Amino acid sequence: MPRVVGVLSLQGDFQLHCDAIAACGAEPRQVRMPEDLAGCEGLILPGGESTTLGILLRRHGLDQAIAERCRDGMPAWGTCMGMILMAQRVEGRDQFTLSLLDITIRRNAFGPQVHSFEQEIPVKGFVSPFPAVFIRAPIVTECGPEVESLAEVEGKVVAVRQGRLLGTAFHPELTADRRVHEYFLSLFGG
Amino acid sequence: MSTNGHPTNGAQPVETQKAAWRLKVGLAEMLKGGVIMDVVTPEHAKIAERAGAVAVMALERVPADIRTQGGVARMSDPNLIKAIQDAVTIPVMAKCRIGHFVEAEILEALEVDYIDESEVLTPADPWHHVNKHAFKVPFVCGARNLGEALRRIGEGAAMIRTKGEAGTGDVIEAVRHMRSIVSEMKRVQSAREDELMALAKEFAAPYDLVCEVHKTGRLPVPNFSAGGIATPADAALMMKLGAEAVFVGSGIFKSGDPERRAEAIVEATAHFEDATVLARVSGGLGEPMVGINVSSLAEEDQLAVRGW
Repeated sequence: MPRVVGVLSLQGDFQLHCDAIAACGAEPRQVRMPEDLAGCEGLILPGGESTTLGILLRRHGLDQAIAERCRDGMPAWGTCMGMILMAQRVEGRDQFTLSLLDITIRRNAFGPQVHSFEQEIPVKGFVSPFPAVFIRAPIVTECGPEVESLAEVEGKVVAVRQGRLLGTAFHPELTADRRVHEYFLSLFGG
Repeated sequence: MSTNGHPTNGAQPVETQKAAWRLKVGLAEMLKGGVIMDVVTPEHAKIAERAGAVAVMALERVPADIRTQGGVARMSDPNLIKAIQDAVTIPVMAKCRIGHFVEAEILEALEVDYIDESEVLTPADPWHHVNKHAFKVPFVCGARNLGEALRRIGEGAAMIRTKGEAGTGDVIEAVRHMRSIVSEMKRVQSAREDELMALAKEFAAPYDLVCEVHKTGRLPVPNFSAGGIATPADAALMMKLGAEAVFVGSGIFKSGDPERRAEAIVEATAHFEDATVLARVSGGLGEPMVGINVSSLAEEDQLAVRGW
């Protein structure tokens, strides 16, 4: 039986994550309502707009359902907006998040769209650099004691892991390189 | 070098071109499933952001007012655009006139996140659209059919939206344009390979892009909808017909209760397949924008026929 991986599908580039998960041999499942989480062994929070998702997540109680499953050990991975939603703190803003990762986020840390960029970066555990696409990307400015930094750009943390929780400021789903998706699946364990 | 200082497309190595294109299309990918709202003040922009907009379009006048007031409609005042950029954290888009590449250069210098080369403004060039490959900032362009969409993509547009008929609150033209694009894509997809050049000729579309649609059955860039969307049901209708996100112009701030209507359209777009959610969010929204029947518009009053 292939693993069933939920992809939060209210807004953003969720279809690209579904395609990537399917390419890794797992079964993607679109999650829009709390009941969609049943049967999912992990969850991807895609790229999108964090203010929009903050509103949509709360309207049907999906925020509490996700937080509860993650506290029980469900693996979760957020890309860009997804990582913002997983963070415990967002600099300079009283913004709603799921408060899962013990990190502080700075949103739009590189500036507007004309400063978006792509760069090959070393990622801990990968033998060759990863093509990282940063789009109006955030960075991690503080990590709690249980958070491990997996990648940096110009000294700024752009990928983190805390137990079975993963966050990346960049978008592996926009490239054909599936190594981060495979890494996420490796966190599921037996 | 092009006039705006960017290297022309051909001068860049292929890998750099591919990366630049991925960034432009990438931002459009992040907006999918969302609502982009027209705003004319920083206060509107904050209301839109609070209601869950994925981006705002900074304008001096919404299309409905451009329609009634008449005159030449141009790019917005840069000071207004800056004030709106300062007011929100979501992406800010702005419009330039069709073919007005200097307005586009100004908008790029302002670091707006997306430029809409828009038929809502008065066209500046009778023959040519902007060469969008020459810019680092991505562009969205309107289209009525597949050929028009592929011509704009050929010029470098990283997102397509239906033109619809802006400022009317009448969804019929958005539906017409989306159905045309989708059915023409099906035709291209089901054609034999040796028929593709004739289809490229018929649609007056770049041959390589016709071949790409033949392979994938979809546009090479995200396909959004605009022009006449006024209710949560309109937004959901466009999503069901194949739109990947919606632009709402006059429909929100020309209605009786903009904040509630904006929230309802956001939720309807995310849950477009769930009629129970649509029924709940459609209730008690107050007066929608008054609207104009597109069938009552004289041809010279139609915006969608601007551009080609």
